[in-house]
Amino acid sequence: MIQILADYWRPFLYSDGMRASGLVVTLWLLASSLALGFLAAVPLACARVSKNRWLSTPVRIYTYVFRGTPLYVQLLLLYTGMYSLEFVRSQSLLEAFFRSGFNCAIAAFALNTCAYTTEIFAGAIRSTPYGEVEAARAYGMSTFTVYWRVILPSALRRSLPLYSNEVILMLHATTVAFTATVPDILKVARDANSATYQSFESFGIAALIYLVVSFVLIGAFRRAEKRWLGYLGTARR
Amino acid sequence: MFLYGYGPLLLAGAKQTVELAVLSLAVSVLLGLAGASAKLSRNRVTRGIATAYTTLIRAVPDLVLMLLLFYSIQIAVNNLTDAFGLDQFDIDPFTAGVLTLGFIYGAYFTETFRGAFLAVPRGQLEAGSAYGMSGVRVFVRILFPQMMRFALPGIGNNWQVMIKATALVSIIGLADIVKAAQDAGKSTYNMFFFIMIAALGYLVITTASNIVLLYLERRYSTGVRHADL
Repeated sequence: MIQILADYWRPFLYSDGMRASGLVVTLWLLASSLALGFLAAVPLACARVSKNRWLSTPVRIYTYVFRGTPLYVQLLLLYTGMYSLEFVRSQSLLEAFFRSGFNCAIAAFALNTCAYTTEIFAGAIRSTPYGEVEAARAYGMSTFTVYWRVILPSALRRSLPLYSNEVILMLHATTVAFTATVPDILKVARDANSATYQSFESFGIAALIYLVVSFVLIGAFRRAEKRWLGYLGTARR
Repeated sequence: MFLYGYGPLLLAGAKQTVELAVLSLAVSVLLGLAGASAKLSRNRVTRGIATAYTTLIRAVPDLVLMLLLFYSIQIAVNNLTDAFGLDQFDIDPFTAGVLTLGFIYGAYFTETFRGAFLAVPRGQLEAGSAYGMSGVRVFVRILFPQMMRFALPGIGNNWQVMIKATALVSIIGLADIVKAAQDAGKSTYNMFFFIMIAALGYLVITTASNIVLLYLERRYSTGVRHADL
């Protein structure tokens, strides 16, 4: 245990000597895919609850497909699958994008978390008290203003508990990135395992790092909930 | 030719996926029931163990746990067989998958069942024992049927997550639908097409289980009044 820690603490945390690895890569994967997913999920959630079928049905199909298939399969499709296609390899821009496992991992993670986040936000938007929306309309607000000033601020706050769940699940999901040659925490653990044959110690250290990150994230979300959900008066333990 | 002749392989893989998911579901439901009873028991030690189990397992990624358990169990078994001078005994990926998935999702089911147990009014259980029913009988006749009503949405969620988690078992070498698709894709140079087929397989499984869950939910909520909205 001590030996592995002495040999591998650097790759486990930030660098394997040539490039970033371990915790830094995992956090970067998590942050970038969550940011992309969040930005896309807000408009998609508004489309999902729209009365216009031409808007809501495509979003519904998207979330259904991405929530109904495993992230690992989605990553394989983007990384191995896309690169096997002739037209992707013949176009230099696509070729450059899909050749990098890192790009594919972020794209797959962002698409996946966006689908779940869209459904979370859509659920929160639907449960907005009708009085608030009617009051906003009575003030003569346009649909856009109603969403921007009334529905979204409250819906995003109310989705915090579910969203924090999604963030933790996403942290756990980033572990499949190593199948696309991304040097995240688990990849370092596998390297340590194949170099030392001390499986329990190698994967145990990885598990501990993930444990700490999970607890930090859970703690941060609890604080955020206290701050932004305080007005609901149902402060969660 | 249908799927370039890889149809049977893919079907066998899909069967393997479903079998793995169903068996792990059985293991994790049993663990979940045991864990929930432990968490609600008066004994401080069992409560502590169950709390540690659910907290630790749910904070660590399932893939990390899977690799950790898969390799460590094998090494432990090797040490054991060495110590007793027996032949080496290899754990196959299927058994390892069932045990690890069951162990991991048992923690999630513990939380689901704990909430559901608490949702059944205490008076019902007291009435049961007032009628002279034994503890087991109260569980079978009163607690379990009512608890299921509250637990079903959570069970459904966990099941959907578990089906998708079975895909990870192909990483430790199980010949499930993902592995079959990858093999077929490699030898026909048609990776994209075959992974799409695998994804479609998962969609079929999740859609089918959605339908079953809808039916079960209707069945277990007979006698509950819903407000007309």
